[in-house]
Amino acid sequence: MTTRIPARFQKCAAEGRPALVTYTMAGDPDLATAQAILEALPASGADIIELGMPFSDPMADGPGVQAAGQRALAAGQTMRKTLAMVEAFRRKDQDTPIVLMGYYNPIYIFGIDAFLAAAKAAGVDGLIVVDLPPEEDDELCLPALKAGINFIRLATPTTDDARLPAVLANTSGFVYYVSMTGITGASIKNHDAVGAAVTRIKGHTDLPVVVGFGIKTADDAARMGRDSDGIAVGTAICNAVLGSLENGKATAGTVAAVTTLVAGLSSGVKRAKAAA
Amino acid sequence: MTATGANSLRNGPDEQGRFGLYGGRFVAETLMPLILDLEKAYRAAQADPEFQAQIKHLATHYVGRPSPLYFAERLTEHLGGAKVYFKREELNHTGSHKINNTLGQILLAKRMGKTRISAETGAGQHGVATATVCAKFDLPCVVFMGATDVERQYPNVLRMKMLGAEVRPVTAGAGTLKDAMNEALRDWVTNVETTYYLIGTAAGPHPYPEMVRNFQSVIGEEIKAQMRDETGKLPDAVVACVGGGSNAIGTFHAFLDDSSVKLYGAEAGGHGIEVDNGHAASMTGGRPGVLHGNRTYLLQDADGQILEGHSISAGLDYPGVGPEHSYLHDTRRVTYAPITDKEALEAFQLCTKLEGIIPALESAHGLAQLMKVAPTMQKDETIVLCLSGRGDKDVESVGRYLGMNS
Repeated sequence: MTTRIPARFQKCAAEGRPALVTYTMAGDPDLATAQAILEALPASGADIIELGMPFSDPMADGPGVQAAGQRALAAGQTMRKTLAMVEAFRRKDQDTPIVLMGYYNPIYIFGIDAFLAAAKAAGVDGLIVVDLPPEEDDELCLPALKAGINFIRLATPTTDDARLPAVLANTSGFVYYVSMTGITGASIKNHDAVGAAVTRIKGHTDLPVVVGFGIKTADDAARMGRDSDGIAVGTAICNAVLGSLENGKATAGTVAAVTTLVAGLSSGVKRAKAAA
Repeated sequence: MTATGANSLRNGPDEQGRFGLYGGRFVAETLMPLILDLEKAYRAAQADPEFQAQIKHLATHYVGRPSPLYFAERLTEHLGGAKVYFKREELNHTGSHKINNTLGQILLAKRMGKTRISAETGAGQHGVATATVCAKFDLPCVVFMGATDVERQYPNVLRMKMLGAEVRPVTAGAGTLKDAMNEALRDWVTNVETTYYLIGTAAGPHPYPEMVRNFQSVIGEEIKAQMRDETGKLPDAVVACVGGGSNAIGTFHAFLDDSSVKLYGAEAGGHGIEVDNGHAASMTGGRPGVLHGNRTYLLQDADGQILEGHSISAGLDYPGVGPEHSYLHDTRRVTYAPITDKEALEAFQLCTKLEGIIPALESAHGLAQLMKVAPTMQKDETIVLCLSGRGDKDVESVGRYLGMNS
């Protein structure tokens, strides 16, 4: 399988730094603004883009991402519109990998085969589906691999050495290490433990390991990027969107609020290895 | 004896936790190792005579089992059809069937060495039953409850607090059971090492649907034995209300292979099944999807977003249903039918006036279904309702609906 993901990690590694993986919610705060944010991300320093598929019941997300999803749904976001965002992005950018991230039900209702065909055609490189553990691989993971789309698995502090092989078995693209037992946007309490966990996972796989959950600032990015191949930031970006709104609507400052934050995070990953 | 051959409907779930298409383990990786541990611990407990003896002892001396089977004479006369019996689960300690499950699970939590209990609740009956066993077994307890439900079931909030539980109102969404369950799952992901999540209904990821069903199956087993003593035969029909469906599956399970026994589940029809998002009848008005760890019938829009639903009854106000019910719906072994708010209120009043029993609004849905079926049956036939809870918690809100508070 060839997606844009391995090439992008190689490029970052050649530059001697971890990749910056940014998460934005499709359709937040409205479709046009979300599209503008998406298209501004690569120039601001995002190496890989996670595009959130909004869901009414995001059980693993904290208030920041929950609210972003609710804004998107209130603005009328649908799965078709999310896929169309990727398609439009691809007309301008052929290289930056896009990973769709969310929950299973909207995909299940769209229809597995129809979704995978549409996602591949739109230029999606990978999927992260929070509520599909390896025990449910027949549902989407295996069909996605067959369709040429990476299925990126979450590994967590509760994934011990005995379980890691099962988690890594059908994982491709990269491994997303969840820095804590908790929901998105919570705070990392033990940074050293995260580094040790990344090292442990790398002992089991050649795939790049990205650390996410709880990374908010350039300093966090620099610190967490030391041991990993990439860092993922989501809640901070959703909160930046929120902070730019007036009466719940986008303002002239909304796109800039995101690009400024991402540029700062990018400076963080650039000094991650240098500081090591 | 009941057949348990290859064609038995009582064999589910399979090793993947599936009842046909339904069930499964659709949870975040953080929870997956714990769910596998839970299954192991539950299998060990099932095989341990000491565990079974503990449950039996507490059921007798703490809960008050067996609960009586009561011949509702005036209601039978009023309906003019089959003889009507109530399985009096509302007489259990804490006032509903919920304690059957919380006792079993708290003993399991103890065996697993967990030090903190969390739960979600709709009507508050499960919250009270959880707070009760936490008081008895000296474990800290956090109950997540939708803010709307906190308001409409306030007596139960006070009971939980007095029992020492912390009640966390959930304001997300419509502030009902679905939102409480989301928040309970977020809490569990955060506190997975210490916390036992004590699910109140026969839903969620495997092994919860199976485990909760087994703890509740005592209801149907007792009905079977009590009817044999009373009439010398099986009942002709059995009725229960279905939200998540724990009292219903506990009532039905013993009868699944007895094909002469007709089984009826009453879903929450709210303002009417034809009203968009105005009901909580997931099987009559929804379609299969994945939420809260399992695949099951769900109320959802064309894009797979979950709807809030509506019911006058906080305990039935949930957009999903336990996966085994979805399976029994597809196989048509159980007939699921919607009961409107209005029909439930009428049944609530009739039961109160004719039998001197104030039923929970949830159970009143089952009664309304019984009131449709019993008159079509012969006078020498019998029909049993699982009277799953008492209505003390509902008197304030029913009084308001009936204009009695002014």
